[in-house]
Amino acid sequence: MDGTIAGFLAVDGIATGAIYALVAIGTVLIFTVTRVIFIPFGDIAAFTALTLAAIDSKKMPGTLGLVAALAILAFLTEAGSLARTRRLRQLPRAALIYLLLPLAVVGAVWAAIPFAAYEPVRILLALALIMPIAPLLDRIVFRPIASGSVLLLLVVAVALHFALVGLGLIFFGPEGVRTEPLTSFATDIAGIPIPGQSLLIVLAAIAFSLLLFLFFDFTVMGKSLRATAVNRTGARLMGIRPARSGTIAYLLGSVMAGVSGVLIAPVNTIFYDSGFLIGLKAFVGAIVGGLISYPGSAIGALFVGLLESFASFQDSALKDVIVFATLIPILLWRSFASKQIDEEVEE
Amino acid sequence: MSAMLTIENVSVSYGKVDAVRDVSLEVQPGQIVSVIGPNGAVKTTLMLATMGLLPLRGRITFEGTDLADLDVEGRVERGLCLVPETRELFAEMSVRDNLILGAYSRRDRHDLQADMHDVYRRFPRLRERSTQAAGTLSGGERQMLALGRALMAKPKLLILDEPSLGLAPLIVREIFTTIASLRELGVSILLVEQNARAALETADVGYVLETGEVVQSGPAESLINDPRLISAYLGSH
Repeated sequence: MDGTIAGFLAVDGIATGAIYALVAIGTVLIFTVTRVIFIPFGDIAAFTALTLAAIDSKKMPGTLGLVAALAILAFLTEAGSLARTRRLRQLPRAALIYLLLPLAVVGAVWAAIPFAAYEPVRILLALALIMPIAPLLDRIVFRPIASGSVLLLLVVAVALHFALVGLGLIFFGPEGVRTEPLTSFATDIAGIPIPGQSLLIVLAAIAFSLLLFLFFDFTVMGKSLRATAVNRTGARLMGIRPARSGTIAYLLGSVMAGVSGVLIAPVNTIFYDSGFLIGLKAFVGAIVGGLISYPGSAIGALFVGLLESFASFQDSALKDVIVFATLIPILLWRSFASKQIDEEVEE
Repeated sequence: MSAMLTIENVSVSYGKVDAVRDVSLEVQPGQIVSVIGPNGAVKTTLMLATMGLLPLRGRITFEGTDLADLDVEGRVERGLCLVPETRELFAEMSVRDNLILGAYSRRDRHDLQADMHDVYRRFPRLRERSTQAAGTLSGGERQMLALGRALMAKPKLLILDEPSLGLAPLIVREIFTTIASLRELGVSILLVEQNARAALETADVGYVLETGEVVQSGPAESLINDPRLISAYLGSH
């Protein structure tokens, strides 16, 4: 391996890592606010790519049906819980939020698809359509068990992932898609070619991390999300509803997963079940950050991307093995690191 | 005059054990009401149940509304605010952010700055530490922040659970002076305290809770001179 190849692999690895970073940051966001390790998060990214591909070819994406079905289920779940707690007078509000709002999005996207001539518009339509999925799943699946242990929530999240993959096969079919590159721009630095797509991926990752940082630091809503993550009881005593914070976290996370799906679709062929590996590799990155730290997760995700890039050059069949095998020393290191903190507290 | 808060025949149980048994009490508008007694856990249980954090039997009304229909957040929006014994601050966030979030439940946020200055005026230490993380504060400063954060919500009824717990005597005095000064804001206060003398000196009305039941109640100045209470809780000067 000479310098040029190493440089090429590094550029490739950073771009892949930036995609994982977006998903990893979303994973941390959702975990800290709701305590759910949202395994289906990668599926959201894959579904966005599949949705965009369908819109590009002027077909009606399966996501329309998926969101509509989830909206009906979420509304029925909410209505059931309102009936049980004798709060049926809140039914109109529940219908508005869980049924009419998602269906309005479905309707608007459905009506707009034939007229979406520009790629940015199509991307926005795909993102708009993907955003309600995670919050609706939260209402259907996680809200009823919100006070359960982290382990329970994780097991349910894994089950939910398999359910989503099955739904993905029904709604999108088994064919893989690859969308058009977002830019044909290319440049090189010191003889190493840098595709515009890679540049775009890294810029998007930086932009979204920055936006999230600004949101957390300068808006009351962002602060209320952090408060929910830091101290749920304290947040409730200030009138901050953890369920509402969770919905906002799922919406924001979905945007990040969706953007990463849009960015990865021109680089890799995406199938209905491609999300799992994206989500899992992002999760490895998030583990480096201890599932708490945003910068830590971003760095971890970049590390995973680089490792994968160099590993696939050495032996492409073993790249996933190498990536996931690194999880073991990372977990060992984290368990030792956190033990030291505990000891400091005892002193 | 209709009561601000009415607790009627409320019982709270942990499993089969009744921690709070058939307790009734009232807080009138503008009043400071103290609940004293030997067992902190029982009083805390009653306050958490009032706030909606624990299930209860019986009836609690706030300004004529039955609280059973409202969740914790709904009660906060109506103007009920609890400063729990555990403070429940946002430890990793700055003092300033804690105060900003105190006003989360308010619809009018335009005079936020003025209210923040008012809290800083009451607790100048918080102004000095405004950019520091809440978790780095001393015990007294944490209690000041917990009080300040609650004041930012502009509550109609403030429930204070053991505000003097674990604090140095000098700071305890400062906290009680502040509580007494809240009268001028017209806010009603339900004060739960281990420090019975300081609590009764600050309050208008007192209730004595023993083994989960109200055993005595009345104007604070009559309780403070009650021989039985003096020997049990107050001690002689």
